Amino acid sequence: MAATDIDTVRQQIREFVFETFLFGDESEAFANDDSFMEKGIIDSTGVLELTAFLEERYGITVDDEEMVPANLDSVDNLAAYIGRKQQ
Amino acid sequence: MRFTKDSLRIDAGQVAEELGRVIRRQIHKDIRKSGAVVGISGGIDSSVCAALCAKTLGPDRVIGIMMPDTDSSPESEQLARELAAAFDFETIKEDIGGGLDGLGCYRRRDEAIRQVFPEFGEGYKSKITIPSNILDKDTFNFFQLTVQDPDGRVETKRLPLKAYLQVVAASNLKQRLRMTTLYYHAEKRNYAVVGTGNKDEHMQGFFVKYGDGGADLKPIAHLFKVQVFQLAEYLGVPQSIVRRTPTTDTYSADVTQEEFFFGLDFYTMDMLWYAMENKVPPADAAAVLGLTEEQVKRGYANITRKIVATEYLRLHPLEAV
Repeated sequence: MAATDIDTVRQQIREFVFETFLFGDESEAFANDDSFMEKGIIDSTGVLELTAFLEERYGITVDDEEMVPANLDSVDNLAAYIGRKQQ
Repeated sequence: MRFTKDSLRIDAGQVAEELGRVIRRQIHKDIRKSGAVVGISGGIDSSVCAALCAKTLGPDRVIGIMMPDTDSSPESEQLARELAAAFDFETIKEDIGGGLDGLGCYRRRDEAIRQVFPEFGEGYKSKITIPSNILDKDTFNFFQLTVQDPDGRVETKRLPLKAYLQVVAASNLKQRLRMTTLYYHAEKRNYAVVGTGNKDEHMQGFFVKYGDGGADLKPIAHLFKVQVFQLAEYLGVPQSIVRRTPTTDTYSADVTQEEFFFGLDFYTMDMLWYAMENKVPPADAAAVLGLTEEQVKRGYANITRKIVATEYLRLHPLEAV
């Protein structure tokens, strides 16, 4: 995936996380490499919501074995995962 | 602090005596009630709570309420009656199946299941589980739905969000109706409702807010599961109950508490948790428990995530001022 595309995906993910899990609260800042789990942004219910977003928005299928922090636990990890799935 | 395989061993006699004093003080003095109502399921936690109450208040001031529903195992009632006989307190059976039917519990739950398994219907059983082997790989906790058809064939799929939320919301009606039933029996006698959750359940959020989490006192909420077992042995809880694998007794298919929520056997989980609370270095904990350092770190992380994610369950209602 070209760098611009990755940046676009990162921004889309940030917007989704910001609106869905932080309810638009601008005081709840997070960096692209912040762990969602460690920061308490996403829990087990949130993971299902995140997965549904990925499948609908990017047309990919998230397998159970792929629901691991290395793929889903930060903006950067998600962008890289989406890139691999779309190749 | 030295962490050993016996770090969770308690002086059960001393703990039982102290808990007895606390229960008596809380019921009679703090909230001015005459006795205790305990929902007894034939499980170890409710058995220990009922036994403690019977011993400290006297069996004539304890009522054990059995509340089976359509999905309950008949073994639960049988074991609850054994307990009541052992400690000589009265029991009342309230079949809540009709009430749950009226609330649409089963219909709503099955409707959600059919979003994933359209063929689900008469003669089918279901259960929800989380991934196992949580020490062996980094994974998120997500729920899977397993159904068993009338011929015994089993299939498992990940639960999508909408279906998951509906299954849980519908199933939680059971615990909330049980709470309602307990308070009916308590209030008509001026008794207290005794909650039966242990530390694992209370702090990791394995309870329903205002369901089994709704009670006037929770005498074992600070005890690890393995400590509850020690108390049970000391108090003389029937061995049939002590030996029973802890279940949810919520879904139509058999599912253990380990499968449904904790993902670990109780000894390992409790020891990891105790080690984490006492800041035992992962390498030291690993040596005692026969695990790798990586497994210990995963265990610590998993327990921490559950505690943080379920904090809202333990909050009192939020007030504006």
